[in-house]
Amino acid sequence: MQTVIKEEVEMKVSDLVEKFGLKVFSGEDGLDREVTGGYVSDLLSDVMGNAGEGDVWITLQTHQNVMAIASLKDLAAVILVKDREPEEDTLEHSNEESIPILGTNRQTFEIAGKLYNVLNQ
Amino acid sequence: MKMEFDIASGDFKKAGRASSQIKKVLKQLQVDPKIIKRIVVAIYEAEVNIVAHSFGGKLTALINGNSIEVTLTDCGPGIKDVEQAMQEGFSTASKEVRDMGFGAGMGLPNIRKNTDEMNVTSEWGVGTTVWFRNQF
Repeated sequence: MQTVIKEEVEMKVSDLVEKFGLKVFSGEDGLDREVTGGYVSDLLSDVMGNAGEGDVWITLQTHQNVMAIASLKDLAAVILVKDREPEEDTLEHSNEESIPILGTNRQTFEIAGKLYNVLNQ
Repeated sequence: MKMEFDIASGDFKKAGRASSQIKKVLKQLQVDPKIIKRIVVAIYEAEVNIVAHSFGGKLTALINGNSIEVTLTDCGPGIKDVEQAMQEGFSTASKEVRDMGFGAGMGLPNIRKNTDEMNVTSEWGVGTTVWFRNQF
């Protein structure tokens, strides 16, 4: 019988950008942040209460409070779904905090599924 | 150490300013990151509450060697039923505020979950004071 040793491979934000063909809106300095999990919600208090450090947050919210939360929770990145674009002050805040805002044309269910698979490989 | 912040009604762009600055200070003081994470959630929620629900108010944080104590006071309108407001899912937020992803009725419950001690006093027509403390 062969023993398979599963190696823990570190996943970076830039790896997700490459794998899923994500658009990078801002926060390029944070592309080497490590991704340890994901969280999906459009309710800000839910994210505030339950997301974990290193999570990628998938949402359709685009206003600046998204970045306030991403920064306070030390999230790895934010993915905006369905071709949504961040507001100007959201972009600025993302650059200041070096937490990337990424974009996809996919809807939440699809991109969350892909992220889940990649993180649980 | 004492830190004070004015919080304006309706100014969502600045919500998170107090929590962000207090987070930086606690990091510099090398407070346990787990404790920082909890208190920051509580402070952010309390800031948003003043922005979303009040006519404006003030946040004061007192930090000493073994604890942080935060007091938020606003100048009205007050909470009609504090017990009801503490229940998860109860909210009086406007549609506009809900569309931003706030107003899910999780603010005060999130504060309670992330603090060691918490107290809310309110008088309808006068204002609300929220106080909480976490030990280091």
